[in-house]
Amino acid sequence: MPGKLKVKIVAGRHLPVMDRASDLTDAFVEVKFGNTTFKTDVYLKSLNPQWNSEWFKFEVDDEDLQDEPLQITVLDHDTYSANDAIGKVYIDIDPLLYSEAATVISGWFPIYDTIHGIRGEINVVVKVDLFNDLNRFRQSSCGVKFFCTTSIPKCYRAVIIHGFVEELVVNEDPEYQWIDRIRTPRASNEARQRLISLMSGELQRKIGLKVLEMRGNAVVGYLQCFDLEGESGLVVRAIGTACTLDKLSSPAAFLPACNSPSKEMKEIPFNEDPNPNTHSSGPSTPLKNQTYSFSPSKSYSRQSSSSDTDLSLTPKTGMGSGSAGKEGGPFKALLRQQTQSALEQREFPFFTLTAFPPGFLVHVGGVVSARSVKLLDRIHNPAFVGIMGNTRSYKLLDWNSFNSGVQDVSFDGKFIFFKRLAVGMLLSDEPETRDAWWAEIRQEIKSHAKALGCHAVVGYSESTSICEEVCILSASGTAAVLNPRFLQDGTVEGCLEQRLEENLPTRCGFCHIPYDELNMPFPAHLTYCYNCRKQKVPDVLFTTIDLPTDATVIGKGCLIQARLCRLKKKAQAEANATAISNLLPFMEYEVHTQLMNKLKLKGMNALFGLRIQITVGENMLMGLASATGVYLAALPTPGGIQIAGKTPNDGSYEQHISHMQKKINDTIAKNKELYEINPPEISEEIIGSPIPEPRQRSRLLRSQSESSDEVTELDLSHGKKDAFVLEIDDTDAMEDVHSLLTDVPPPSGFYSCNTEIMPGINNWTSEIQMFTSVRVIRLSSLNLTNQALNKNFNDLCENLLKSLYFKLRSMIPCCLCHVNFTVSLPEDELIQVTVTAVAITFDKNQALQTTKTPVEKSLQRASTDNEELLQFPLELCSDSLPSHPFPPAKEHLESASSNSGIPAAQRATSVDYSSFADRCSSWIELIKLKAQTIRRGSIKTTMTVEKASPVGDGNFRNRSAPPCANSTVGVVKMTPLSFIPGAKITKYLGIINMFFIRETTSLREEGGVSGFLHAFIAEVFAMVRAHVAALGGNAVVSYIMKQCVFMENPNKNQAQCLINVSGDAVVFVRESDLEVVSSQQPTTNCQSSCTEGEVTT
Amino acid sequence: MTSELDIFVGNTTLIDEDVYRLWLDGYSVTDAVALRVRSGILEQTGATAAVLQSDTMDHYRTFHMLERLLHAPPKLLHQLIFQIPPSRQALLIERYYAFDEAFVREVLGKKLSKGTKKDLDDISTKTGITLKSCRRQMESCSVAQAGVQWRDLSSLQPPPPGFRDYAAIVFFANNRFETGKKKLQYLSFGDFAFCAELMIQNWTLGAVDSQMDDMDMDLDKEFLQDLKELKVLVADKDLLDLHKSLVCTALRGKLGVFSEMEANFKNLSRGLVNVAAKLTHNKDVRDLFVDLVEKFVEPCRSDHWPLSDVRFFLNQYSASVHSLDGFRHQALWDRYMGTLRGCLLRLYHD
Repeated sequence: MPGKLKVKIVAGRHLPVMDRASDLTDAFVEVKFGNTTFKTDVYLKSLNPQWNSEWFKFEVDDEDLQDEPLQITVLDHDTYSANDAIGKVYIDIDPLLYSEAATVISGWFPIYDTIHGIRGEINVVVKVDLFNDLNRFRQSSCGVKFFCTTSIPKCYRAVIIHGFVEELVVNEDPEYQWIDRIRTPRASNEARQRLISLMSGELQRKIGLKVLEMRGNAVVGYLQCFDLEGESGLVVRAIGTACTLDKLSSPAAFLPACNSPSKEMKEIPFNEDPNPNTHSSGPSTPLKNQTYSFSPSKSYSRQSSSSDTDLSLTPKTGMGSGSAGKEGGPFKALLRQQTQSALEQREFPFFTLTAFPPGFLVHVGGVVSARSVKLLDRIHNPAFVGIMGNTRSYKLLDWNSFNSGVQDVSFDGKFIFFKRLAVGMLLSDEPETRDAWWAEIRQEIKSHAKALGCHAVVGYSESTSICEEVCILSASGTAAVLNPRFLQDGTVEGCLEQRLEENLPTRCGFCHIPYDELNMPFPAHLTYCYNCRKQKVPDVLFTTIDLPTDATVIGKGCLIQARLCRLKKKAQAEANATAISNLLPFMEYEVHTQLMNKLKLKGMNALFGLRIQITVGENMLMGLASATGVYLAALPTPGGIQIAGKTPNDGSYEQHISHMQKKINDTIAKNKELYEINPPEISEEIIGSPIPEPRQRSRLLRSQSESSDEVTELDLSHGKKDAFVLEIDDTDAMEDVHSLLTDVPPPSGFYSCNTEIMPGINNWTSEIQMFTSVRVIRLSSLNLTNQALNKNFNDLCENLLKSLYFKLRSMIPCCLCHVNFTVSLPEDELIQVTVTAVAITFDKNQALQTTKTPVEKSLQRASTDNEELLQFPLELCSDSLPSHPFPPAKEHLESASSNSGIPAAQRATSVDYSSFADRCSSWIELIKLKAQTIRRGSIKTTMTVEKASPVGDGNFRNRSAPPCANSTVGVVKMTPLSFIPGAKITKYLGIINMFFIRETTSLREEGGVSGFLHAFIAEVFAMVRAHVAALGGNAVVSYIMKQCVFMENPNKNQAQCLINVSGDAVVFVRESDLEVVSSQQPTTNCQSSCTEGEVTT
Repeated sequence: MTSELDIFVGNTTLIDEDVYRLWLDGYSVTDAVALRVRSGILEQTGATAAVLQSDTMDHYRTFHMLERLLHAPPKLLHQLIFQIPPSRQALLIERYYAFDEAFVREVLGKKLSKGTKKDLDDISTKTGITLKSCRRQMESCSVAQAGVQWRDLSSLQPPPPGFRDYAAIVFFANNRFETGKKKLQYLSFGDFAFCAELMIQNWTLGAVDSQMDDMDMDLDKEFLQDLKELKVLVADKDLLDLHKSLVCTALRGKLGVFSEMEANFKNLSRGLVNVAAKLTHNKDVRDLFVDLVEKFVEPCRSDHWPLSDVRFFLNQYSASVHSLDGFRHQALWDRYMGTLRGCLLRLYHD
């Protein structure tokens, strides 16, 4: 009996009038947990009852504590007939189950009814007494902390990042049970809410168990979604990243949060590794082998790109699985020792994080994504639980092998694989579960990453789109090479140290290609890095992660969206699935073309936070890609866009073309000015000659005309700059070019991005406004063409953005951050777009400074900070100054030789070693890094110390955010970001994960669909805020509205909406309240404090 | 392509003061958009009319949802659905309960619950205030009336400014004072509000008994009954003559209209005392202002008394009573005449 739950019902207020005669209510409360129910007394004739009940005690297993929600029902007592329900409150007691979070839940909760909405409030106190249970076979996972935040939470530091955890649970959807025909909508809704709450609890518990197995203590980047599969059931699935987190120092010292790690760094001598059997013993032997490091992965990538079938390898035979270690030759011993290693043994080396501790990310390969189309089968057996037995499966074929006409589909800097469903290869005798579907997709992703020479995928996410019985499963992420130290028991200190020695001088490491330049998985244009000039970089980089905090960016970033619709014939089942899977590759292709074009038009060269959403509807497919474009200093200047006409002899036509060309050029110039992109001119010699390449070109094919043979290969490269060519061969193309130019930049004073923070702005002030905006448009169904559809969709999104800018004009200058668009197609002719974002104000006067590179800043900080400077040897300045823009000689040569020098030498041997090396490639990476550390060890330790404390202290000084109005009691801030500008998060209280259904049968009376949804969303916000406040928090960070399913039936005057939201409840303290020392530096900026907050974690 | 649904919900509820004003003034969304366009907002912000339309709709919807809460201000303070900074909440309440004097002048003294549609229509056409706005103001008046209680509830918060005016409205409505007669048309709401305040301070139960809420809306019944005793001032001929001589002696040479005063004294005194005596009947209470104007203001005005002379006269008239030996109700007289003097001075203008 490991837990005792205690509940006290204090009072109610603002209750609705339940007795028309007296205009009063005789209210009482039922408190239910599991199968136990308690009741309060009836409080007669009051709308503000004071129950002041005794403590209701539930003695329960901690397993139940995790799964079950506490259910509080407020009823109106009726002597003669059945008692009327006023409404319910579900309280997730999970936050009470781990010690560091909340100890009591106490406060006013809105009483919610699925038909009437919020009806008054109830004051409840909840406590849990947990008895420690050390039974190792336990089913519960109490104590594992969950965070929605996709970075290491601010007041923690990562000791180990274990890796991917996932789980899904399936159940029958109560809405589709036979009983639903005879029960009221209210009962049905409540059954659904309760079921999802239960399933979420179970899911979280199961994931927690997996984390405990991995010896972690937390899940970061926890994302839970549910799929309403209609009659085939309800799937709740979740992914996350298991970590071992350490709470940062004493709570009394908020400040040390920033500099404590750096202090620790001082204390820990370089080579001291807390866990000797993994690292410190290893390096001596493998050092020699370091030279082999890159060859295996290269040869593998060559293999994979040439033979497509290799891509779908099962986990068992997969390269790099733990079993391979047993035949590991020279590495055998090492591998044995490291059987607990995180990365290689993990089935899926995925990370849901989008921002990382410094030094974690070594290289970024590009975006990898996979989709598959599945048919949901009807469940005939009503008794199924847990396993979806009756689903059909399709074998996935690689897109490239299907249609050779599009083999050229490729984009510099990223890598996309298309999946196609081949109907007819039905393997109905093999029962597949949802688990298997996802496993298949993940396997796909993993092999794509391998092909890019990467051993991990970061910024990983999964999504589904369901229409009737067709379901598109999508997964995407960014292939990356990680610093393996974090994944083992390696300590943060080691990593930090590594970072400081390796990455600080060059902030371009992550841009360097991880794959073999001679065997590139796709045609790309490589140049030497514009920052360090030693390593190769692609000309464009696409990623799904946030901009690394130490990346050097020129100018500001901006939101870039690609929007696309494709009509599709209505069809049933398999025919439908086939049609969709035929369309998918074209969609993806065009979405990427649009993204690329728009990126070039903005004069930028990298995309962060890329999120491509493909939505399936009855008669159309929608694609929406959002990302934040930036100009990375390390990547080459993007070339312009060239328009090529098809009929060169027509004079007026040519004139038109040249007119358009001019317009495009103007736009690029204007955008460069707008986003302050003025990269320093670099002479050609420094860059060095590019790598031998097939040809510097990038050919753009329109998907409709991909079969046309007349497409000429134009070589339009201008010197080093790669020009992007748009061929205008038909009116469609013309329209596309036009649509490129119609995107209006935000009004002055506004910026927008879909990443956590806006690249190039770092002086946030404290005003924030989180909002959700929903729009639904009805298409006129007559003669819809793809073009008209595209235009409608485009207008919808653009108008929505314009509306946002107008609404928030009082906040100027401000930036819309984390702009998250979700598209759904609820009905035939309806398109629904939901946007959630946060507007943050910033100080315009200080904006000018943002163009300074971080190096300059840190130097400036170091030098202005006289006090600190005195304590440190002057070498610091002299040392780091030359590092920008010219890297200091030795260290860089070393790293350069270890990275780029080797491949050439190794190519000869690569064949022999390929299979073996495949398995070991990432180990070699590890060893190589280790070796480098050793070689540079002594120098670096001092460096770290010197470097670390000025940063920490400077940061501390920096923390004088402009004083904001004292937040009044009861205000709860909500933000999709992981931080609150101008404030410091001092405590994480637990995860908020709430699911609501609202239904109405009096739509018109409630103000139509807009009135209905407006009220519902406001109520959802209110309930989230109330729960946070009851936990003792004053903000929700990493808030996300994961689902907003809206259905209407105006004829019946009915509507229904389901909303699922989540976030982390936190306590924050204003920095102005924390600040004791007056700021020495006027350049206060939140971004820097945030980024440095991450340094410490 | 038609927009089916278009909403914006902020964690902090956005309140646009301009739109709020338009909403309070009862403009439809279309009219409000037109007015906003005319204000030049499109040029300032570079927005399109469609954006403005959507924005206005959104605000209107929010206000519509808030209206339920605005009907009970304490609820607005405690509710959880809309997160609104306190300063904004105050603004919302203050503006919501602000009224047009023209409107209030029309309904003053009428039953507030019975704002029939036709009445409101008439008022709307007469004052040029939109029907919606009339309805809101009518409602807030009845909210104020029903909810002298909510002032107690919201004791955390000082009563919204303008609340004293509501006291006047509710006081008038409670006592059904007639204000609509033609001869009273020259009086503004301010005049009545002034009188109401004096009467509330001196003539209600709350005025004598501090236990009672000073917002008590009923006149002190006992006091009204006692007023009958004042009749002796005009019924007793000796007393009346003595009073007249006292006043005339004191004012001789000081008054520009002395002769008229001397000639009219008995009439005026009879009028003032009879008003007092009549107040025992509810029906006559209603006509208080009509009587005052008829019996005092009009005679004086027809003789062209300047305001200063009226003041001199009234001061002397009430003070002289203290010197009447045979009169035993000095306190009662002061309570009555003190208030009436203030009212009359305020009512005495063109």
